[in-house]
Amino acid sequence: MVSIKELPKEEYLLKGHAACAGCGAAIALRLLFKALGNKVFLVVPACCTTVIQGPYPFTSFAVPLQNMLFEATGATASGVAAALRIRGLEDITVVGWAGDGGTADIGIQALSGAAERETNFIYVCYDNEAYGNTGLQRSGATPYGAWTTTTPTGKRERKKNMPFIMAAHRVPYVATACPSYPIDFVNKLRKAREIKGTKYIHVLTPCPTGWRYDAGKTVEIGRLAVQTGIWALYEIENGRFRLNPPSDRLVDKSKRKPVKEYLTMQERFRHLTDADVQKIQKWVDEDWAHYQTLTSLERCV
Amino acid sequence: MAQIVIDTANHIAGYAAKAARVKVVAAYPITPQTTVVEKIAEFVENGEMDAEYIRVESEHSAMAACIGAAAAGVRTFTATSAHGLALMHEALHWASGSRLPIVMVVVNRAMGAPWSIWPDLSDSLSQRDTGWIQFYCADNQEVFDTIIQAYKLCEDQRVFLPAMICLEGFILSHTYMPVKIHDQEEIDAFLPPYKSGWVLDVNNPLTHANLVSPEWYMEFRYMIHSAMENAKRLIPEIDKEYGKRFGFQYGGLVDKYRCEDAELVICTMGTMGAEAKMAVDNLRKEGLKVGVARIRVFRPFPVEEIRKIAEQARMIATIDRHISFGMEGFLATEVKASLYHSDDNPLVVGFVAGLGGRDVTFKTIEGIAKKSLKWLEKGKVEKGTEWVDLRV
Repeated sequence: MVSIKELPKEEYLLKGHAACAGCGAAIALRLLFKALGNKVFLVVPACCTTVIQGPYPFTSFAVPLQNMLFEATGATASGVAAALRIRGLEDITVVGWAGDGGTADIGIQALSGAAERETNFIYVCYDNEAYGNTGLQRSGATPYGAWTTTTPTGKRERKKNMPFIMAAHRVPYVATACPSYPIDFVNKLRKAREIKGTKYIHVLTPCPTGWRYDAGKTVEIGRLAVQTGIWALYEIENGRFRLNPPSDRLVDKSKRKPVKEYLTMQERFRHLTDADVQKIQKWVDEDWAHYQTLTSLERCV
Repeated sequence: MAQIVIDTANHIAGYAAKAARVKVVAAYPITPQTTVVEKIAEFVENGEMDAEYIRVESEHSAMAACIGAAAAGVRTFTATSAHGLALMHEALHWASGSRLPIVMVVVNRAMGAPWSIWPDLSDSLSQRDTGWIQFYCADNQEVFDTIIQAYKLCEDQRVFLPAMICLEGFILSHTYMPVKIHDQEEIDAFLPPYKSGWVLDVNNPLTHANLVSPEWYMEFRYMIHSAMENAKRLIPEIDKEYGKRFGFQYGGLVDKYRCEDAELVICTMGTMGAEAKMAVDNLRKEGLKVGVARIRVFRPFPVEEIRKIAEQARMIATIDRHISFGMEGFLATEVKASLYHSDDNPLVVGFVAGLGGRDVTFKTIEGIAKKSLKWLEKGKVEKGTEWVDLRV
């Protein structure tokens, strides 16, 4: 465990990057490099990070980076990992860094294949719950009720549960995170680096542009997501499910804030009826009852 | 020590990947390519080949893994056919745009629907504009030699482009022929270890293939085009050097046979080129002045060679195992386009034959030649495109 003061001063996400003001993904990227340093080979598919880099001949990334096709992160990382192993450069960590559309939708096949092949890499899905780069269209990770440009009256289906899909691949390490809890995210990345095989970290990155809230409130929104329990911080290590602080203190419903507090801060949810909010609250409560059951199991999938 | 192996073109492709000391192979099975990667799996498992074999879950991922491995600095190989190649399409552009010297065997197979597992060239020719160098082989020895030559070419700093080595399914892929596998030390001397265009260095990090504005994009495209032109110059040089070292040479861009005094030159690709040589020998016995130009390299296209042939010949008959619906075979189009700026051009007639594996024998080609000669006598081509042995 590190404290915030122990994080390295070096920055590998450089000044002048092109993320929106208040971008949760940019905070997560900065933390990624704080955790792993520069001994990283990054594979980035089409996503907001394509833009964040800045256009040729500039880059805001101080690590080797291969931009790649939308659906191909997992497969590309397999090739990179094989090449580095052959070249004896195994001290370099291969990281796939992809958005929620590139993970839960178009990229799920390549990711599933890479995980099944036990590819030695860390896959980070940074999740802003829509296709942000193309102007906020619905993805498989968009939550129920959320406005997007392709769900103008709100999405009618629930969010795809990617961490558990990955856990079902029997990968050695799955974790969730949120940049509002930076130490938790850093510790998970560092733990992942020490484990051989496919490591999957799903980080919820609030998006002021897409979620329609004030750009100064990204950290607050992330905290509310965790405090209301709509996003839980947990790890699944060799199948064993464990809630992490502060989520481990929220199993008792009375400790969790009502989801309404999280939803009403974002304009993407402003059309929700009371019945919708109640439905979402019910699902969150069910999830937590489930988490409690999982905590007692040897293997959660 | 060199050795003679009697084996199929697919297995021979595996031998060539081993001889080229490929480090990463990523592949997905598809008929009729499968035995290429089965052979490689065998070599890797029994320790004869020091490589990683990534058993990916699709052809798109096969090409993506090759891109990742090549970008991280090692020599890569893959193989596919038909629908697998089509699935790769997007990644083919990415490989050439990233200037990665990946070599891929394409075992040519017709595209569906309806399903067909038999050969024609519509799969690889559909990838004409992806920035890949395209070789077409006529026998198993050429498959081996071209794979080795292709690595030499693609990894040249003046080229840095990927290449596909095309061979027709079943006609070559599953046909046994004796092939000379050259001495490994001599191959190593010809083909030194892969040296990538940039070095992976965390202390001097580079970002690859990020967003390029209209201000620069055209220049990147022009560089690929220039690299193709360089390849056109280098292919005959490499073929010649290879011939000196190993005793096998294929005419560089175009394998010409009895063209010197030919009035009619049959212009075709792949195994039809080999078959056409037999046809020409028979036709010559009848006193007909016919030659063959087997287009060995379709991209870059040998425009200058076609013009040279046109200076001598009075007629060129192209035979395409391919059709661009609503137009003609690509070879016919390219030959005609090559001649546009020349004066006193020969007549050009296009034949479409052998789609979906329909047999094209030397007898078929003799018929094509005789029909062409009749039109030459009349001084007029009656039909722009003639479909051979069509049953409608």
